[in-house]
Amino acid sequence: MSPVQQTVLAANEASEHRPLIITLFGLFVLATLAITVWAGRQTKDAADFYAGGRQFSAFQNGLAVSGDYMSAASFLGIAGAIALFGYDGFLYSIGFLVAWLVALLLVAEPLRNSGRYTMGDVLAYRMRQRPVRTAAGTSTIVVSIFYLLAQMAGAGVLVSLLLGITSDAGKILIVALVGVLMIVYVSIGGMKGTTWVQMVKAVLLIGGTLLITFLVLLKFNFNISDLLGTAAENSGKGAAFLEPGLQYGATGTSKLDFISLGIALVLGTAGLPHILIRFYTVPNAKAARKSVNWAIGIIGGFYLMTIALGFGAAALIDQKEIIASNPSGNTAAPLLALHLGGVDSAWGAILLATISAVAFATILAVVAGLTLASSSSFAHDIYANVIRKGKASGAEEVRAARWATVFIGIVSIGLGALARDLNVAGLVALAFAVAASANLPTILYSLFWKRFTTQGALWSIYGGLIVAVGLVLFSPVVSGDPKAMFPDVDFHWFPLKNPGIISIPFGFLMGFLGTVLSKEKPDEAKYAELEVRSLTGTGAH
Amino acid sequence: MATDAPPPAKAEHHLPSAEEFTAVQESAEFGELRRSYRSFAFPLTVAFIAWYLLYVLLSNYAGDFMGTKLLGNINIALVLGIAQFVTTFLIAWWYSRHAAAKLDPKAEAIKSRMEGGA
Repeated sequence: MSPVQQTVLAANEASEHRPLIITLFGLFVLATLAITVWAGRQTKDAADFYAGGRQFSAFQNGLAVSGDYMSAASFLGIAGAIALFGYDGFLYSIGFLVAWLVALLLVAEPLRNSGRYTMGDVLAYRMRQRPVRTAAGTSTIVVSIFYLLAQMAGAGVLVSLLLGITSDAGKILIVALVGVLMIVYVSIGGMKGTTWVQMVKAVLLIGGTLLITFLVLLKFNFNISDLLGTAAENSGKGAAFLEPGLQYGATGTSKLDFISLGIALVLGTAGLPHILIRFYTVPNAKAARKSVNWAIGIIGGFYLMTIALGFGAAALIDQKEIIASNPSGNTAAPLLALHLGGVDSAWGAILLATISAVAFATILAVVAGLTLASSSSFAHDIYANVIRKGKASGAEEVRAARWATVFIGIVSIGLGALARDLNVAGLVALAFAVAASANLPTILYSLFWKRFTTQGALWSIYGGLIVAVGLVLFSPVVSGDPKAMFPDVDFHWFPLKNPGIISIPFGFLMGFLGTVLSKEKPDEAKYAELEVRSLTGTGAH
Repeated sequence: MATDAPPPAKAEHHLPSAEEFTAVQESAEFGELRRSYRSFAFPLTVAFIAWYLLYVLLSNYAGDFMGTKLLGNINIALVLGIAQFVTTFLIAWWYSRHAAAKLDPKAEAIKSRMEGGA
């Protein structure tokens, strides 16, 4: 997007609201910092740092899971995609929601029962510890960093649009600010602080979305057909706006891309490390199940409301204005708030500031969750179990995790500053695809397949990881497309933007081949232990 | 078993031996629990993924059908999309009910015997 376009919004609409927006941002930051310090005082041992003491209730964790999951991509991205592409934008939310059933039926409870702090605990349970933990730590960090980059880049876009900061230095400063805050949240507050931040954010996000949804429906006298009709008409695309195909229906390749994306979305969630470690914060598997149910209810309700947000924006705002503000529609939701309140009124200013602050809170909370997942995995899987061979004390692990947080924070500030102008949607979809290709096959085989071996685990993690990342590297997301990360060069040969349709079956296949071709016998006694523990909760931490 | 045991701490549980785990895994009672879980969760997973993929494929390749208007501007695409939400809520509820009625009591019985029987 050109700086000229950015300044359109900044100058015309956001500038006079800036003090209010900054005040609300500031209040959120102060409140969350207070929570963090309070939680930090209560964080005494490794179980506190990694798992928040395992004392959160199912409802609290359900809220926190929702807070972790409803990222800027959901809030800004889906509303924007619906506002621009109508029905096709809505398809995202369906994949994101249905995916929770995989987590509920197959992963959440066994993981809570048999693991301790990280995803690697379950993957390495009956395998040779060092190689499998290294692999699990690697894929955790890769998935989380891709997801992190998307959030950081999103923060840069959002904040620079709303605060009118358009200079490169200004954007880098914003990315650095987000990075420093997340280092503070995670290194001081640990899982306890992060969980409370997620809860606060979830309540703010649901509250803000409810308000805007209510105002949109009020405009149309709660007549949904009327809302859809006006959106279709105002979009200039007519009935096609309400039908599938505007974004993905153009060619056979784009249709295939849509299937690939759909598969990655539905299978990715149950392999996202920052989501999985949330199940350790509750006392037992039953509470983990209940927290997934709460999350499904909250997230489902939220996605239903994004329909009203997206079609509301399409109905009430000129498409050109949405695109001028952000070509991907990422600012449709804040713009909608402004228009609902009245473009030149104080009420409009207040609504815009509120929704922008909510979006900022969303990004900060998700970023904290991701940082925690990667630093936990580094400290617990790689430092404690690979480098120190299981001889590190809890206190040493926590110290390592805090340093890892600082390190990962600095790395993501650096990468985020580089990625500040990149297409963020590709990064999120990539994170889902990598999670589904590298993590999910290994989790499922580990839990349910008696014969699965160390070699199978390594082949499926690294195979899925390398193929997923490799295909994206040579896809139109990276080069050879006007919207690519490097639009001026072209080294792509893989036609799809999402690798899932190839890389996910590949991950499963590699796990299978690695196992049947391996010379070592599976550790049957360890599998008996894992199976009994995962289904009954015997000896759960 | 100690009578004045400390509160059920997150500290060290009594963890049964490898032989005990293997014996339990091979027991009829555990086999029943495993069957009860897998015969419910696995087919249901296949079913909801198939239903989701059907929806994705219809969106891709049956645009005219999906665009059929049912009521005002509400078309089949939107109704099927909302149906995905509804089935997700229903499956979550159904699984949780099954787990509470059929799985939890069996799991609880095995767990308390294994952790208690030191």
